[in-house]
Amino acid sequence: MITIESLTKSYGGFKAVDNVSFSCRPGAVTGFLGPNGAGKTTTMRVLAGLTPADSGTATLAGHHYHDIPNPATQVGVLLDASAQHAGRSGREVLTLGAIAMGLPMSRVEEMLHLVSLTPAESKRKIRNYSLGMRQRLGIAHALLGDPQILILDEPANGLDPAGIHWMRSLLREYARRGGTVLLSSHLLHEVEVIADELIVIGEGKIVAQGTKAELLQTAGTFVRGLDQSALAGALTSAGIHAVPSGDGGLRTESAPEDVGRAAAAAGAVLVELRPAGGAGLEEMFLELTAATQRDENNAPEGVAV
Amino acid sequence: MSTTTAPPTGYATIDMAAPRVPMTRLVKVEMRKLVNTRAGFWLVMAMLIIAALITTAMLIWAPDDQLTFGQMFGMMNIPFGFLLPVLAILLVTSEWSQRTGLVTFTIEPKRARVVIAKLIVSLIAALGAVLAALALGAIGNLLAALFHDGPGVGSWDMTWTGVGNSALLQFLALLQGFGFGMLIMNSAAAIVLYFVLPTVWSIVAAIIPWLRENVQQWADLGSAMGPFQSGDAVSGEAWQHLASAAAIWILLPLLLGTWRLLRSEVK
Repeated sequence: MITIESLTKSYGGFKAVDNVSFSCRPGAVTGFLGPNGAGKTTTMRVLAGLTPADSGTATLAGHHYHDIPNPATQVGVLLDASAQHAGRSGREVLTLGAIAMGLPMSRVEEMLHLVSLTPAESKRKIRNYSLGMRQRLGIAHALLGDPQILILDEPANGLDPAGIHWMRSLLREYARRGGTVLLSSHLLHEVEVIADELIVIGEGKIVAQGTKAELLQTAGTFVRGLDQSALAGALTSAGIHAVPSGDGGLRTESAPEDVGRAAAAAGAVLVELRPAGGAGLEEMFLELTAATQRDENNAPEGVAV
Repeated sequence: MSTTTAPPTGYATIDMAAPRVPMTRLVKVEMRKLVNTRAGFWLVMAMLIIAALITTAMLIWAPDDQLTFGQMFGMMNIPFGFLLPVLAILLVTSEWSQRTGLVTFTIEPKRARVVIAKLIVSLIAALGAVLAALALGAIGNLLAALFHDGPGVGSWDMTWTGVGNSALLQFLALLQGFGFGMLIMNSAAAIVLYFVLPTVWSIVAAIIPWLRENVQQWADLGSAMGPFQSGDAVSGEAWQHLASAAAIWILLPLLLGTWRLLRSEVK
């Protein structure tokens, strides 16, 4: 159980996380989706006690990470797979973790086996690891102490499609046993594959949350008028809340009929009116990522768009 | 996946009664981290190799009156005293420059406990260095007695005060490196400043007469340590000079560094 309540964190004048609240329940994989720089990592860092919050709380089953005894055996954290000493081997990193957590050394072998790092690979220095291997090592480290809660920041980054499916079955099984998983990603399709529930964040604010089924079947209406500002005015005066959509139209939660009536009453000419359907999440996400599009196109695994 | 079977109890809660990570395990981990990287390993090797070279050089070129256990031991302390602080610096700064702090401080979020563990490791390393210097000095002395036969060669005369002073200097140097590491948080910068700053201060103090006459003896750690490098008992005044210089060069960086480490965001 992870609970984030009214969490806010600013850097200088920039609000990295702005009054964010959500929770993750045991037995489910919760996907934390948002473009780069949306506040996912900051939220997770506050959760793991590495960054102090300005206001609000982030707790694990009601407790602050900082107060939990031997926390790595109860909460598995992977914040950055590359944040490891380049000169140590993967096996050595897990051994250090096992000593600190007070685990038998056999646990190191089990975890290496679980994430499919071969004995030869495990003895190599981390500077020679690919990003995918570092992610596997990071997941092994997070699972080392057999925790009840997992917090993983961009764990699928650098994994090939087979690796992503491997992670899906691993995390599904973990959640099925009752574990709580919070996993972040900047790729919609990645999260769609792995997560049961979704939390979407943009510019530090939560913009949508719910089960995957709910979010992918968002009801609502897409509407485009000849005169966009006249249409917006018509909808507003009819009490319909509409927001600009990515492709020159407006999006609203109201039914198409209500939108049509409001436009007709105000004499606004429509050129397009249709139910938004399941594309809602994707469209919303596209809008959120618009600012970082150029980066996405260069990313080798940029398959979200 | 909507079949909501109740998750097994224990999975939904955090056990707040679990034992915390004991200090012994933290020390064990930090001890291992000290030498399990290439930099750490070769620093230790470099100390031993330099010590062996010094022994050899002394055996070949040193005058007979220097071929004693006390002299050999004193010489062994030079490479250790020079390089151990670098090891201490890396022990702290690698948490930031290699970003391992992210893992270290999620395993033990009470950062002060990690600092204490690292300090204990530094103390153990300083004691280890003194023991190694004693062992190497003894070996060198045995060899000297074997190859030279001048008067006094191979003498085992040595005071416990000398050993104690050496241990003190090693530990102080380590603490100084530790403090610089915590305060500066960057390996290269911390090492450079550790070596350069005291020298710069000495030069400045030597140039300005007022500083040289009134401040220097209280603020120069190198010269304050001088009297402690012999095996003789040290005067009360020398102790005062050492305490004052150590407060500036060791205690101050340690306090500021601890404050910075406890407050910094771990990136």
